[in-house]
Amino acid sequence: MSHPSQENAINAGSLTRILIYTLLIFFVIYYLLPLWVMVSNSLKTLDEIRGGDMLAPPKAITLEPWRQAWSQTQIGVEATGLKPYFINSIIMVVPAVFLSTFLGALNGYVMTKWEFPGVNLIFGLMLLACFIPFQIVLIPMARILGMLGLAGTLGGLILVHTVYGLGFTTLFFRNYYAAFPTELVRAAQIDGATFFQVFWRILIPSSGPIIVVTIIWQFTNVWNDFLFGASFSGYDSTPITVALNNLVNSSTGVKEYNVHFAGAILAALPTLIVYIVSGRYFVRGLMAGAVKG
Amino acid sequence: MRDRLQDWLPRIVLAPSFLAILVFVYGFILYTGWLSMTDSRMLPNNDFIGLDNYVKLFALKHWSIALKNLAIFGTLYIVICSCLGLFLAIMLDQQIRNEGFIRTVYLYPMAISFIVTGVAWKWFLDPGIGLENTMHQWGWESFEFKWIKDRNMAIYTIVIAAVWQSSGYVMAMFLAGLRGVDNEIIKAAQVDGASGVLIYRRIIIPMMRPVFLSAFVVLTHLAIKSYDLVVAMTGGGPGRATEVPATFMYSYTFTRNQMGVGASSAIIMLIMVFSIVVPYLYSEIRHGEKNR
Repeated sequence: MSHPSQENAINAGSLTRILIYTLLIFFVIYYLLPLWVMVSNSLKTLDEIRGGDMLAPPKAITLEPWRQAWSQTQIGVEATGLKPYFINSIIMVVPAVFLSTFLGALNGYVMTKWEFPGVNLIFGLMLLACFIPFQIVLIPMARILGMLGLAGTLGGLILVHTVYGLGFTTLFFRNYYAAFPTELVRAAQIDGATFFQVFWRILIPSSGPIIVVTIIWQFTNVWNDFLFGASFSGYDSTPITVALNNLVNSSTGVKEYNVHFAGAILAALPTLIVYIVSGRYFVRGLMAGAVKG
Repeated sequence: MRDRLQDWLPRIVLAPSFLAILVFVYGFILYTGWLSMTDSRMLPNNDFIGLDNYVKLFALKHWSIALKNLAIFGTLYIVICSCLGLFLAIMLDQQIRNEGFIRTVYLYPMAISFIVTGVAWKWFLDPGIGLENTMHQWGWESFEFKWIKDRNMAIYTIVIAAVWQSSGYVMAMFLAGLRGVDNEIIKAAQVDGASGVLIYRRIIIPMMRPVFLSAFVVLTHLAIKSYDLVVAMTGGGPGRATEVPATFMYSYTFTRNQMGVGASSAIIMLIMVFSIVVPYLYSEIRHGEKNR
């Protein structure tokens, strides 16, 4: 995406260029504004927020709202802070991401290197599954989780996120492996390599980029999920997005805006860090999620 | 024996995923479809009542509000995101210094949860502590911005937050499209004396048609599914002012004990999404095969 040697730039005078830069900087401020509001107000006292200017930096920095949000504030009935929910999200995300990525890699491998009749139909069905509004599966899923004894557990959420992540992970790996030379696979087979030997020794070692793309995509989606968390989590399996919403929208007590902002940043931090560290792969995932076929 | 196993292995490996999708996606769609034709209340039951739930659904004021809000929200969201995305992409495509940094800033909202976005905008647009109060502090005493508390305007605050979240994504899609434009065409137009603006209007923007289409499909699908942002920002309120199909489905199914009606609303949502996505995927796959 970054080719500085673009030549389709408008040949413009310096006045136009100043205008372009002004507009671009204006939008930089626009996109950063909510983040600034969250960070600056999470460091203010409640009195300062109530009495003052939301866009101003804090007069005296206090870390108390952060301490409150992490380990003390009341969420639901207990004053535990967001910490246990943050941990729930981690316990949920790690296996769900690992499983869906691994299965997606295997599926992509079979679909491109071991085609059999009907494989394209299966791919079509999996691709379409990426786009269903999840409202359509909420009722039957609640029943099945109940029957499996997984209702209200992290195990249930891991299952849900793995299954509904499969469509995209398979899509990513299939499109990546489609460009991988099949001759290499055939040559290895002639040398006696088995199905799994080809997968582990030939495909996986050259799958670095797509594994990163898929893991980031899945991590972001599962961590940020709210609908499944709100529908299927129980008392001790609530993920952080649901806990944050409960904190902010609970009708009881004083509205502690500074604690809400600190909590919101805590909930956003893992995916933000991943984005900042590996934004290139994040964008590739987004693009692959938009352009199919 | 070992070779037989090797022959069947690909099918065996694919089978669990295929079965999971078959049951958890297509089986569940059929089951929800069946429930939408039963008299299910708090729990699912099998008393068949035909299309009564759909008749009931479309007679509900609550549902027509949800559809109207989706129409307003969806249209503005798609149009503004597309225009802003294209505009920013063109600006960024002018050999900008620090392009990488600017791109990163424009796109970061896409990495965070709609719940977080909702919390930030909910308080920023709150008349008591947010923008309005801040403007008063700055000396603009008559400034008023109470949309989020106003039944007629609240849905537009959802648009503001949703556009903030997704427009950078659309920008990235257009930027990728612009970088794929053949420079020869542009040079030829410049030799013919066409101005920069004319080249964009007549040549480059028309070439972005596939990107417009992808953006349209992605944004429509996001708009119909949008649930989190509404819940976090307004909870569907004030009153029912920001109710959308996704919040309608959830409340009828899980809190109002009208599961049959909830299931029928989910089916309508599915039909809306598929009527946009299926033709798109079909043409993409056909196109992909032709190019192979």
